[in-house]
Amino acid sequence: MTRLTPLHEVHVALGARMIDFAGWDMPVWYGSATDEHHAVRSAAGLFDLSHMAELFVTGSEAAAAIDWALLIEASDMPVGRARYSMMCNEAGGIIDDLIVYRLADEEFMIVANASNGPTVFAEMQERAAEFDARVVDRTDEFALVAVQGPKAEEIVLRLTGPELGDLRYYRVAEVELLGQTAYAARTGYTGEDGFELFVPAAVGTSLWKALLDTGAEDGLVPVGLAARDTLRLEAGMPLYGHELTLETTPFDVGSARLVKSKPGGFVGADALATAADEPHDVLIGLIVDGRRPAREGYAVLDGAGGEDRIGVVTSGAPSPTLDRNIAIARVHRTVETGETVTIDVRGTATPAEVVELPFYRRPQ
Amino acid sequence: MSEIPEQLSYTAEHEWVAHDEVTIVGITAYAVEELGEIVFVELPAVGDKVTAGTPCGEIESTKAVSEIYAPMSGEVIEVNDVLETSPEVLGDDPYGDGWLFKLRTDDEEYALLDADGYRRLIEA
Repeated sequence: MTRLTPLHEVHVALGARMIDFAGWDMPVWYGSATDEHHAVRSAAGLFDLSHMAELFVTGSEAAAAIDWALLIEASDMPVGRARYSMMCNEAGGIIDDLIVYRLADEEFMIVANASNGPTVFAEMQERAAEFDARVVDRTDEFALVAVQGPKAEEIVLRLTGPELGDLRYYRVAEVELLGQTAYAARTGYTGEDGFELFVPAAVGTSLWKALLDTGAEDGLVPVGLAARDTLRLEAGMPLYGHELTLETTPFDVGSARLVKSKPGGFVGADALATAADEPHDVLIGLIVDGRRPAREGYAVLDGAGGEDRIGVVTSGAPSPTLDRNIAIARVHRTVETGETVTIDVRGTATPAEVVELPFYRRPQ
Repeated sequence: MSEIPEQLSYTAEHEWVAHDEVTIVGITAYAVEELGEIVFVELPAVGDKVTAGTPCGEIESTKAVSEIYAPMSGEVIEVNDVLETSPEVLGDDPYGDGWLFKLRTDDEEYALLDADGYRRLIEA
């Protein structure tokens, strides 16, 4: 049974090409994914992210429950802070990557990937069972609309008032939007400045239209999932199911900094303590020769002559900003920036240059 | 509803077939809309023998790779070289300059859909 976000009618009315994404009918583009990508880098883009899961953890031991369930150190998060973290299983494999927002001393919002919402919810409930904490899936109560790009702040502040301009990166605050209480977070998945706006589902379409009305003159356009993917790829951000899987530990994906030693322990701690001292994979950036993109699943071979398999492409696409084909790969030996490796692109041995991630950093 | 020229025949894999002095094969406007921006086209080689219903090439968009299926069995006698350097021509003019290849074929055409049949297929 395909699910619809509160903004579904808007996408259809705009003529978006719709696809099934994690069981939701979502816009993949409205016209040209490349144009939408460029708009986010040069002006601003408007995203419907209502398919993502919003899980609320409340109670006197909410922080302790989250400390146990996830990698994060929730107990020392100030109210109004957001942190990127992961949920792991007992073997240290990644169940999901997510952002935790501390809304109050005893209230946290966890935003998980749409594809993992039900799993993360079930695990959170189970892991929080021994704590004085309640876990509620409030996904259906919200519409989540993101505005990302150099013009995002200017556009959003016209609707919220100027104080929101003081909200720093990875902070969250309550705001008044269209007469409703909402949350605004300075987080995103594009490498640009911007806000993610959590509003009651019933005003999702009104917010979307209000943003487009005020933002059109600045170049604000609706942006679908195809451009969302090329934007995050350029920004070197991992995508669950590609860079991150149950078979990867945080160490395999460049996320060792997320693994903390916590006095109360956490699910997966023992396995990760062992894994910390063992060989692990690394994620690398690649700029790929030729006209065919490297795609997930293509083999990465050693050196320019490439015969020995050293890893696999996890994501790849043409980069609109770089005007080159780019890819992220997970390899089992260290490589040097500037080194040449070979990618098996549908039977053709294709050279690729190792580069540092991210491929793109926004001008500061 | 995307363009479906009346005089062409169609397959369930969204190819069109024109019957002139030779048989010309392309993909439909519907297919192009589904694919998005096309970055690479791999065509069969002149002289290749192709079999109806089996893959004979690839079309790659920014998002994914799709296969080209031979709509009829026969021998490839010409391919649209323009698409090698300018794959976007396929998306711009799928029924004209974006043709894919030409076949010499003895196959019957009964296995193909007419414009109405194709329209019903994609409306379903």
